[in-house]
Amino acid sequence: MTSILSVTRLELLIARRNMWVATSIILMALFTTVLTLAGGAPSGTLGVEPLTLAVTSITTLSVYLVPLIGLLLSFDAIVGETERGTLALSLTYPLSRGEILLGKFVAHFLVLAVAIGVGLGITVALSIWQAGTTDMNYLPVLKLFATAMALGAAFLGIGYLVSALVRQTGVASGIVIIVWLVCVVLYDLGLLGALVADNGGTFTKLVFPWLLVANPADAFRLINMPTENLAVLSSGIGAAAGASDTLQQLLSLLLWPVLALFLAWLAFRKVEP
Amino acid sequence: MSTLVIENVCKNYGDVKSVRGVTLNVQPGERVALLGHNGAGKTTLMRMILGLTPASSGKITVLGSAPGSRHARTSIGFLPENVAFHGALTARELLRHFARLKGANNKSVDDLLERVGLSHAMNRKIRTYSKGMRQRVGLAQALLGKPMLALLDEPTSGLDPISRHEFYDLVDDLAQGGTAVLLSSHALTELESRTDRVAIMSAGRLVADAPLPELRTIAHLPIRLHVKTAAVDADTIAAKLGGTRMNGQSINLTCQQDEKMALLAKIMALGATVEDVEMRAASLEELYRYYSTEHVQ
Repeated sequence: MTSILSVTRLELLIARRNMWVATSIILMALFTTVLTLAGGAPSGTLGVEPLTLAVTSITTLSVYLVPLIGLLLSFDAIVGETERGTLALSLTYPLSRGEILLGKFVAHFLVLAVAIGVGLGITVALSIWQAGTTDMNYLPVLKLFATAMALGAAFLGIGYLVSALVRQTGVASGIVIIVWLVCVVLYDLGLLGALVADNGGTFTKLVFPWLLVANPADAFRLINMPTENLAVLSSGIGAAAGASDTLQQLLSLLLWPVLALFLAWLAFRKVEP
Repeated sequence: MSTLVIENVCKNYGDVKSVRGVTLNVQPGERVALLGHNGAGKTTLMRMILGLTPASSGKITVLGSAPGSRHARTSIGFLPENVAFHGALTARELLRHFARLKGANNKSVDDLLERVGLSHAMNRKIRTYSKGMRQRVGLAQALLGKPMLALLDEPTSGLDPISRHEFYDLVDDLAQGGTAVLLSSHALTELESRTDRVAIMSAGRLVADAPLPELRTIAHLPIRLHVKTAAVDADTIAAKLGGTRMNGQSINLTCQQDEKMALLAKIMALGATVEDVEMRAASLEELYRYYSTEHVQ
């Protein structure tokens, strides 16, 4: 436990000085501020409660931003240390690879938590400033925070996995960009294409709901959609929200971080510094 | 019990045999120099002792434990060749982290930084350090928690002559405290008086493993004598002693260990015509050359 915390402490220092903390917070704060302020425009003065509206916009944003931040924090974690030559020395200390990985994960998870927390905090503050505290429903914000953390954790794990499998930092950065593009953009496009081609056949009924929740980004998007109408507004694929239930979405969001971290650990065990 | 036991260890990378059947022991308090060309297998051997890479065959134990086990890792202090650290951290932050891993306290960190002469810079980021300063950080971390076995790979590279001297003082202190020290180096002259035993690797094999005087006896390398004469008749004296004249006054001679006393007696018999005699046994450099090349071929 002391070892894990020691690694976490060191990684937090590095993240702070590498400006990763600042970059993540600024990114989240900037986008959530803009979305909260601009999000009220279409609903006008008589529209939906501002917080709910903001949560919808921020969910769509987070699908892109949270995986990106997660991957940026993690892609360098193992391969970067191998390249710099710092991993070999670390491994001569009484410290297991699992402990190194967990220590790094806790640090990066905290960075994510601060970034997402600051972003959502700004949203809540701005919404209260706009509409007061009456009739304000905070539950969607808490749900968004928790699920965004799970989404981020999944992509941290995927980033570590990539980092343990390649030999050069440059290659790792290229691969995580491809992973990001596939998970948040191309996957949905592929599914939509398949749906259209299938035209309501077996694929649509049996395979599609599973494929949809299998992607943590989609599971996150679906779980945070407040109503089907709003879902249609924010994403074409969101219209299929009814195709899977909340339990499946939740399971996907919880299992992905565990699975990704486990695979990263397996790959890390094979790394010879 | 030996601190480090290496028994008939081999390491193959595909068809390449990096280490072939090395057997070597290091006792508590012993300072052993591991010498060899680049690619001779020294670093691979150290990596196997650390458990960073498994041996293909043979057995290594560190204080009775397998390499890479928690007990072995807690007992070893390691300084890698070309030591590198994350530049965003300060020496003190980094060493405190390593100290926590080794179960050493923060005070020992400050003491060690003082000993390696870094206390003035310990709160500066390592990226601002010179190569020599980074090497000192490396040394300090290797000495954390009073290791029972110190593995030092090229420990003095990047250090100036005074720092090298101070470094060997640290090694002496460590050995006096019972730590077994295995260090590799290319700077042979500085090792000569600072190690108890010399092990030489060549093409993956251990070709020598003995204290320096013993290596000299085995190698049978000649002792060199430099005789300075007072008179102009250096040629006559050279003829009498059987040496070669260097310049007007000096004569170079070589002899084996067992002929040394007889030759000295002959020189003394020449009386006042001999002004001075210098005698030099085979240096570590000559021995190294002998064992790592000629001996193998």
